[in-house]
Amino acid sequence: MLRLNALDIRKGEFRLSGTADIKAGARVAVIGPSGAGKSTLLEAIAGFQPLDSGKILWRSDDLTARAPGKRPIAMLFQDGNLFPHLTVAQNAGLGINPNRKLTPDEMKTVEVAISRVGLSGMEGRKPAELSGGQQSRAALARVLVQQRDLLLLDEPFAALGPALKAEMLDLVKEIVAERNITLLMVSHDPDDARRITDEVLLIAEGKLHPPAPTADTLDNPPAALREYLGT
Amino acid sequence: MARSAQPITLPVVAIWPGTCAALGVALLVLGTLVAVALRADDLSGFAAADWAALRFTLVQACLSAFLSVALAIPVAKALARRRFFGRRVLITLLGAPFILPVIVAILGLLAVFGRSGWMSDLLGLAGLPPVQIYGLHGVVIAHVFFNLPLATRLILQGWQEIPAERFRLAAQLNAGPRAMWQLTEAPMLRQVVPGTAAVIFAICLSSFAVALTLGGGPKATTIELAIYQAFHFDFDLGRAAMLSGVQLVLTVVAAFLALKASSSEGFGAGLDRAVIRWDGKGTCARIIDGFWIAAAALFLMLPLLAVLISGLPGLVSLPASVWGATWVSLQVAALSTVFLLCVALPLSASIALGRKRLGEVAGILGLAASPLVIGTGLFVMVYPYIDPFLLALPVTALVNMVMALPFALRILVPRMRQVLHHNARLALALDMNGRTFWRRVLLPRCRAQIGFAAGLTAALSLGDLGVIALFADPEVATLPLQVYRLMGAYRMEAAQGAALLLFVISMGAFWILDRGGRLHAEA
Repeated sequence: MLRLNALDIRKGEFRLSGTADIKAGARVAVIGPSGAGKSTLLEAIAGFQPLDSGKILWRSDDLTARAPGKRPIAMLFQDGNLFPHLTVAQNAGLGINPNRKLTPDEMKTVEVAISRVGLSGMEGRKPAELSGGQQSRAALARVLVQQRDLLLLDEPFAALGPALKAEMLDLVKEIVAERNITLLMVSHDPDDARRITDEVLLIAEGKLHPPAPTADTLDNPPAALREYLGT
Repeated sequence: MARSAQPITLPVVAIWPGTCAALGVALLVLGTLVAVALRADDLSGFAAADWAALRFTLVQACLSAFLSVALAIPVAKALARRRFFGRRVLITLLGAPFILPVIVAILGLLAVFGRSGWMSDLLGLAGLPPVQIYGLHGVVIAHVFFNLPLATRLILQGWQEIPAERFRLAAQLNAGPRAMWQLTEAPMLRQVVPGTAAVIFAICLSSFAVALTLGGGPKATTIELAIYQAFHFDFDLGRAAMLSGVQLVLTVVAAFLALKASSSEGFGAGLDRAVIRWDGKGTCARIIDGFWIAAAALFLMLPLLAVLISGLPGLVSLPASVWGATWVSLQVAALSTVFLLCVALPLSASIALGRKRLGEVAGILGLAASPLVIGTGLFVMVYPYIDPFLLALPVTALVNMVMALPFALRILVPRMRQVLHHNARLALALDMNGRTFWRRVLLPRCRAQIGFAAGLTAALSLGDLGVIALFADPEVATLPLQVYRLMGAYRMEAAQGAALLLFVISMGAFWILDRGGRLHAEA
């Protein structure tokens, strides 16, 4: 279980606080109005945004004071998920160990991951030689070899067209199911949330609400969400 | 959006190496100063000749700054509003004097404006006496030659930063030249000109090579030159130290003023974009602009052409001493470039990570540090223990590094900031360590800028005629010093040939390093 315990984050006027427990293996959409702090919450969990108070626990480990790279977390950002001067295979290989040369076995793992996301034969290409969808796939190949328990998506597919985005979300859904990864994704689009998540975490007016089933919440939105959804 | 609240740049590489590098440079510059100050006799020893040197230093720097800026304003204006064939090349050439060895330019200027130069020949045809280039006006002409392009670039940048809407609005209001001046140009110039003038003033204060070759004598000696003379001819360390102290006060004040007054950077991109304007369509305006562009181009190109033409005959029969000096120069430049990278890379990363104070310190020190003062200080420190002549080359390389550092930082820091901003989160999320980040991300991503900075340093070092003149014994010389010695021995053909060689080598070194950095580098 991922436990967000009495979190409190302040940045000038901005404030976000609350408690939420997320079951291991759950797929959770983080929804809420613009500026509510969806990205900030993910950055806090990943370790890029310091907490003013509160704790972040995974299983029984306290992650609060750990450096981003030492947390059991893989994260995809809105942009900058690949190093533009490295090939697909090199980028994915960074997920195993960025600080040393990979062993032949590890290279094999990378190759398998690349073929799993459907990029076989493109190992030697650089990101600029790939389409937007292929870049997303390369980033997912890295997530696969990282073998972390949690995957955080901060709208990495926002720049893709609707069909491609749906395709990527389906791939993510398959991957997290195969590897039993717990997923948290920021979402602006209720359809995305319905497509792959089973729970939603609502952030509104500086408060973090506990997770609730996706379909119920979106069908009968609470007041804080209704205005945002426009229903 | 929440996205706008980006975290401050994450410390993905260590800060301390940059801090150490900055401390090292500060120690070198300030340590030599202390050494100088301890040696300096009381200021009552400030003789009439020293007052004359101080006065001349200030007068020539003021005149050079004033003339460079005054001439640069119409040239920049013409370049900003005209499009013509060769405009890009001309603007690129405006950057060339920066890496042009001073001694090469001086030989070129002599060939054009000297007693037996082209100008005098022309005047002779009209029955007029030849021009006299030695003395105050020679020094000022050389300084304007070097700084007019710099001033033009800075002011041109100011012109291009005026929002296009303002010109459109002025055109809509049917503004005449006077109103156009008040609405668009005057406010920009008020912002750009003081900083530009202050920078040029500061540069000209520590003029050494120009004063050494075109000045001299009691009437045309700068303080830097006086330090050299006290040192070289009289071996009066006390007086050299005292003059160094004076020079230091001057340059620190000037560097401080220059940094205060200028905010824009000299390596602005996008200078080749012509401003679209709706005024200046008249024939008169066209003729005036054409005149300024042609005059500036001639003034800058003729001396270079002269170096080429007069150097070719000497190039085939260069004395062996020139080849020896070339080898020495290449070694010094290589060493200086290595020093620079060792200091500038960690330092610029630390500055990019938010340690802005380090950058300011390095900027002030780089501008204020006078090669002759550092040289004097090091000499004073080492000569009781070892023969200073043994250290001539490493010391020259070290001093060249300090001189190039502010420029290297201006090139490296913005790019490093960009790379860190884009890649630090991902690297941290992957648990990449600092050393790997340097090797796999920062260095490859900054290759073009590293090549540019290294090329600039190598070219500056190759062309430098400063501290080496202080230290070198008669056996050892860098190429610029050898050119100077050949001139002093009235072997003009050999000097001109060697100057052409120096010109080719410095431009070549710059080109190779800059090119090497950009080769296969991804955007």
